[in-house]
Amino acid sequence: MEFIQNNLEFIYFVIFCVFIGIEIIANVPAILHTPLMSGANAISGVIMVGAVIMILQIPSDNYLLLATGGIAVFLGALNISGGFFVTGRMLKMFNSKNNKK
Amino acid sequence: MNIIVEVGYLIATVSFLGGLKFMSSPKKAKTGNLIAATGMVLAVICTFITVTTNTIPIPNLIIALTAIAIGGFLGKRMASKVEMTAMPQLVSLFNATGGACAMLLGIIEAFLTDTNTTLIGIQILLLLGLTTGAIAATGSIVAYRKLAGKTKDNRKAIVILWSRILLVTIISLPILFFLETLPVNFEMFCLIMALVSLTYGILFVLPIGGADMPVVISLLNSITGIATALAGFVYDNKAMIAGGIFVGSAGILLTLLMCKAMNRSLLKVLTGKFKKTTNTGDTEEQNIKDISVSETVMQLSFASSIAIVPGYGLAVAQGQHLCGQLQKMLENRGIKVDFIIHPVAGRMPGHMNVLLAEANIDYDHLKEMNEVNDTMSHYDVVLIIGANDVVNPAAETKPDSPVYGMPIIKAYAGKQVVVMKRGMSTGYAGVSNDLFGMDNCNLLFGDAKDSLQEIVNQLKLI
Repeated sequence: MEFIQNNLEFIYFVIFCVFIGIEIIANVPAILHTPLMSGANAISGVIMVGAVIMILQIPSDNYLLLATGGIAVFLGALNISGGFFVTGRMLKMFNSKNNKK
Repeated sequence: MNIIVEVGYLIATVSFLGGLKFMSSPKKAKTGNLIAATGMVLAVICTFITVTTNTIPIPNLIIALTAIAIGGFLGKRMASKVEMTAMPQLVSLFNATGGACAMLLGIIEAFLTDTNTTLIGIQILLLLGLTTGAIAATGSIVAYRKLAGKTKDNRKAIVILWSRILLVTIISLPILFFLETLPVNFEMFCLIMALVSLTYGILFVLPIGGADMPVVISLLNSITGIATALAGFVYDNKAMIAGGIFVGSAGILLTLLMCKAMNRSLLKVLTGKFKKTTNTGDTEEQNIKDISVSETVMQLSFASSIAIVPGYGLAVAQGQHLCGQLQKMLENRGIKVDFIIHPVAGRMPGHMNVLLAEANIDYDHLKEMNEVNDTMSHYDVVLIIGANDVVNPAAETKPDSPVYGMPIIKAYAGKQVVVMKRGMSTGYAGVSNDLFGMDNCNLLFGDAKDSLQEIVNQLKLI
């Protein structure tokens, strides 16, 4: 009970996020499901923010952790940049005559 | 200073939401992607602002910036090089990097925090984030290798047995640990959990069949999202939590959608099982009529509206560009050509739409199954290329068929149906197709790409 009391704000936040997320994504037409998925994939690259926060806390003389942290940041950056660029590239191909006017 | 950062994260969160919202129409989707990407850049910049207010360890900063630069550059290169047919592989691969990042984050955080003072709640979150991240990482790599044709399905009983044992281990080990019955410290325990989860990720995807990949990719995508959200709790970072949850819900939604479109439950996909059937349908004698290329061309040129139903076979044959060419030629003759796309056509949700868009086909002509199913009889010719199970009328008429209940494109309702097919083999579900025996149906045997090329060539001459 104490846990719920202390984190009530967070619990509200999570529940709203879940519902808003489902509501918005349910409206995406099937034609755009692949870009949606790769776009969402890129958004999950926000994990890199955590990796950056973490790597800056590592003591500068702990080389093993620093190297691992560097890899984590690299992987996150790869996810973000690759995800958004490839989504952009896909979306560029969706064209319509009505759109070109 | 802190308030600026908080506002920055808030804007980033809203931009993720806005970006996803804009995905609801092809016209606005490009803007949406841009908005989300801008939000992401903002979130990263904010993170660096937070640290400049504290003392900055220079080597760490250099490592972080270099890693971002290399990652960003490599990501752009990979994204600009990939073939559209290889899109599912690439998305899996990027998903693996996200998962691996989450896992490494959990491990390092475990080493950095003082276990005695850290709340047990944080420890549980760390463990959960690390486990989900690890499963998503190796699972996505196996999915990538399968999609690229480098790894075959492995349905051996031993693989399935071990994957179940590991799943039980992943659930029970933390309980034992927090009851303080295990003789290891938290750091060691995190490493052990990471190893077990990495192995489980491999074994979990290994038995899943190739055509079930759309489900698996969606599911893994969702798991990475959840791992991100969990890490967000650890750092008390709302942009991470919200981003992670949006991705998680998108993944779950697509997973269920794909399962429904394939008429299989998630559990059956994950265990690699098919419905057991008594009647596979091939007991009946079918009256198959075949048709030549020139006859097909005649039918097409006399029609006033044509529906093309593309399946995965078309993508395998790399025939999407010929399809585009065919559509242009027919349209120049005043014939309306629509593409009707089943949700599971391709190797990931919506994959076929991307392939056809690449072939310069106007997205107004890309129709969803539900849009046109009631008006299928208006089409003079329905041309089926490389699709099988998704047009099998047995799904509506034969309750004992494995495909029964699956949502299908009612191709049989077209005035004339031409099926391009390599041979008389069955589709993924392993059942014969009742459509082929129908009166209005003709089969054009041969490689899809060769046949399409022939049709295009002959159409030029008329």
